[in-house]
Amino acid sequence: MMELYLDLMSPPCRSVFLFARALRIPFEFKVVDLAAGQQYSKEFGDISIVRKVPVMKDGSFILTESTAILEYLVQKYSGSVADHWFPADLQQRARVNEYLSWQHVNLRAHCSKVFLLRALYQIVMDSEIPKETMDFAVENLKQSLNLLEEKFLQGKPFILGDKISVADVVAVVEIMQPFGTGFDGFEGRPKLIAWRDRVKKELGEKLFEEAHEALMKSSNMPQKLKNSGNFAQLKPILQKFFR
Amino acid sequence: MMELYLDLISPPCRAVFLFAKALGIPFEFKYVDLIAGQQYSSEFGELNIVAKIPVMKDGGFTLSESTAILKYLVQKYSGSVGDHWFPAGLQQRARANEYLSWQHVNLRAHCSKVFLLRTLFPVIMGFEVLEETMDAALENMKQSLNLLEEKFLQNKQFILGDKISVADVVAVVEIMQPLGIGVDGFEGRPKLIAWRGRVKEELGEELFDDAHKALMQLSGLPEKLKSSSEFEKFKLRFQRFFN
Repeated sequence: MMELYLDLMSPPCRSVFLFARALRIPFEFKVVDLAAGQQYSKEFGDISIVRKVPVMKDGSFILTESTAILEYLVQKYSGSVADHWFPADLQQRARVNEYLSWQHVNLRAHCSKVFLLRALYQIVMDSEIPKETMDFAVENLKQSLNLLEEKFLQGKPFILGDKISVADVVAVVEIMQPFGTGFDGFEGRPKLIAWRDRVKKELGEKLFEEAHEALMKSSNMPQKLKNSGNFAQLKPILQKFFR
Repeated sequence: MMELYLDLISPPCRAVFLFAKALGIPFEFKYVDLIAGQQYSSEFGELNIVAKIPVMKDGGFTLSESTAILKYLVQKYSGSVGDHWFPAGLQQRARANEYLSWQHVNLRAHCSKVFLLRTLFPVIMGFEVLEETMDAALENMKQSLNLLEEKFLQNKQFILGDKISVADVVAVVEIMQPLGIGVDGFEGRPKLIAWRGRVKEELGEELFDDAHKALMQLSGLPEKLKSSSEFEKFKLRFQRFFN
């Protein structure tokens, strides 16, 4: 059976999890506990030299990068995955690709940064977050959310138009991330709130809640990380991110 | 005729330019002078609210993001573009997508950072970058080059195997970027040098050199940037980027 190596604290893991479960694609969930540093184990390194999640193992074929995994699943299960998830039409396909490309160094990067600063900066850097750093991070996040609304969503129900696609799944999990530190990216954005609710409905509300449970209960994550046997090893790696 | 809005000092613009030219895809080259800040003009903003290039305009259809444009061209010209450029096979397609996804926050980000820290940073921030910051950027670039060699290229002729694909084009233009400031990412990496030689041969050596001329002849960049009417916009965006 296909294996998905996941930690639901990670947005790209959530998008793959949500898509596979919503489309009833069978897989074995293999936990990789990021806060415990399991991605740095020898075992996991043998699966993926990049040491990131998600990873898919389909027979002997190992694949990294959530957007590549999503496209693989769409193509492999084309018989049962409706076209609107990743349309075959030239222009619609281009619009999905455009979003999936843009989001890497925009929405994803900026939501992650806000989350990581609030969750980890203090215990990793042994000091308070510099105000300017946090302000810039929040401003970048705001700009990305503005672009999501003005360029990608506009007045449409979903990014591609009337129907949900992988672009919406990949987008929504990123905006959910800062919630893990009590930061609501949706606040004051009724269009995005309405869109999120449509996405939840298409995927299944219970499934969506399930996927985000670990994130919502992660207020003790910094403590867990600090207490983990790997913290001494992980600290310098995490510090690099904040420099 | 299809329009491509480009500045060849930008790696993703070079990738699109090289591919379109090598495949004989007809287009009108619309120059957007990045250093002069033309991407921040209200005219260009109407074309692309994100204010970045490359942008493709095919009739009434406007598309941003180089990897989306490349995939669009492959699909549109499928009759004359060999399958190996972006293979239809499930696993090969996945490998191309895996590379195109990974490179955003890895090879592309790190090669660009080295280039921007030397060229843009002193002008925007008003002082030279700290040696420590430059060393960290060079180390990140080195790690990405290691992964390119160990994970993506391995002992193959090209990233996907025996034949060139869009992945190789997208990769090579990024490693060329730091050469614009005299940093040779290929130095001490005979495998990468050989691979670059093969990529140049497939695309056409004269075309490759043509595409990289503007990058190699960068001079007077700080003065030109400072005198740009859009200098304040540069400052705003890049101060957040460099923080």
